Amino acid sequence: MVKLKLWASLILVGAMLLMTMVGLFYTPHPANVMDIEHRLEGPSAQFLLGTDNYGRDVFSRIMVGGRPAFQAGMIAVLLGFVSGTILGALAGYYRGWLEEIIMRLADGLYSMPAILMALLAATLLGPGQASILLAVSLANVPIFIRLTRSIFISLREREYVLAARALGVKERQIIFRHILPNGLSTILVQASVSFAAAILAEASLSYLGLGTQPPDASWGRMLKEAQAFAGSAPWTTVFPGLAIALTVLGFNSLGDSLRDYLDPKF
Amino acid sequence: MVWLRKITGMLATLLLVSMLTFFVLYLIPGDPALLILGTEADEQALDLVRSQLGLDRPLVSQFAGWLGGVIQGDFGESITFSRGYSVASLIANALPVTIPLALMAMVLSMLVAIPLGILLASRQGGRLDTIVLTLSQAGLSVPAFWLGILMIQYFAVDLGWFPAGDMPRWSSNPSGALVSLVLPSMVLALPRAAILIRIVRTAMLETLGEDYIRTARGKGVREFAVHTRHALKNAMISISTIAGIQLVQLLAGTVIVEQVFSLPGLGRLMLSAVLMRDLPLVQGTVFIGAALIFLVNFFLDIFYTILDPRIRGVGQNG
Repeated sequence: MVKLKLWASLILVGAMLLMTMVGLFYTPHPANVMDIEHRLEGPSAQFLLGTDNYGRDVFSRIMVGGRPAFQAGMIAVLLGFVSGTILGALAGYYRGWLEEIIMRLADGLYSMPAILMALLAATLLGPGQASILLAVSLANVPIFIRLTRSIFISLREREYVLAARALGVKERQIIFRHILPNGLSTILVQASVSFAAAILAEASLSYLGLGTQPPDASWGRMLKEAQAFAGSAPWTTVFPGLAIALTVLGFNSLGDSLRDYLDPKF
Repeated sequence: MVWLRKITGMLATLLLVSMLTFFVLYLIPGDPALLILGTEADEQALDLVRSQLGLDRPLVSQFAGWLGGVIQGDFGESITFSRGYSVASLIANALPVTIPLALMAMVLSMLVAIPLGILLASRQGGRLDTIVLTLSQAGLSVPAFWLGILMIQYFAVDLGWFPAGDMPRWSSNPSGALVSLVLPSMVLALPRAAILIRIVRTAMLETLGEDYIRTARGKGVREFAVHTRHALKNAMISISTIAGIQLVQLLAGTVIVEQVFSLPGLGRLMLSAVLMRDLPLVQGTVFIGAALIFLVNFFLDIFYTILDPRIRGVGQNG
């Protein structure tokens, strides 16, 4: 059952990723070229998921629109993971004043609501993918700091760590070779959940008009533009939303089943 | 003493956020005076507007002036909205939309999640448990704005049960205003409820395993009372901690939901301020938004102490 869920979510995530990667090189129709003769056509053999109000192929735009979503996920998780894990490890291992400084920083970042951060970033850099990446990455850093710190605090007094220290192993090695690998599974679960959250955030912000700008496609932006046609051309709103929901569901349940798989306690 | 420290801490953070906002906005390229008068204005008129806005003064004195105004409830004037609209009056008009919306969503998500979570905990591993947990996973993954778009189409346009947009004012049509907040608050509540169900379930399972529950059962307390009167009370501590975090996220969620349903609330005001680069309005709305969130956190802190006497700080009796 656990394995089944793990495989199902891996396949779901893999399929969406594959579609997006193919979209980098090939789309059935050009994603941004308008074709007024074919505007708001329903799904057909020519246009698999129909066309939008400018006659652009919805399926091609979904393929292309996955790029900002996966980009936000990867960059936010990578930045949050790397900086958060290092800072959290230092805080949890050395404690004392270093921990105090790092945790104040994390609390400060954490108390700033992500949406306010995104709005400020958009005011500063102008609406666009860059400001979304900045805001979503910053929102992820304190989450990883807190998590890694708590792992290090619970592991630093374990016998194997004391043994390594008694043997004279270098501190950097203790941190990265002895303690970190034991906490990695928990951090990995968080990474998967954070990936889902980042994709949802990118979609929401580009729906608000703060992200990818026209004529380029992103899933959230497509929904913003299609909202007025939700009644007359439901395919323009149903399919991009489905793409977001499936991808987020995939990463959420990947995190869930990783937790079950790596940690039988739950 | 403890409260005094918490209040000063809150004010200090608020000051920090407003300073950050102010200085970040200062970094933006572009001249607000040009934005107001357009590029064809002559230099004299531009200078006049600049001195009216205080842009010719040093940054620190601008900030001090702004802060002095804020203390008196004056956030300056909006650049883009037609003249005579103060930022304060725009915010005052928006709050009666956003606050009821957030509260309704909060109540709604708790009304759904708490009974359901208790029920699931009593049937751990059963069919209902599996179905609801799967549904909650799905509820977490559906983007709120997509759900909103679909719900407007189905419930408002196709079935005509709810008005599609244009919320009336509370003073002229209070029931109409309430009705137009029903769908938005449902959309806002769904992801919150999806998480809260899991939290309630886990917290109940943990407390149900404790010794005093066995004692209660042993002395013949009815099963319903064991769950509600004995277990729920203790489970409420961890539930309300999460519910508090949820309330903050809920306030953030209003930005999106207000946009979907075109409700004239704080979130929408903030967004249009950002998109139109109306700096005084951005400053004012971000300040009020942050203040609201800090205030919520502050009251939650008080609430926890009432709920769980163990949290009470040192230096207090009891």
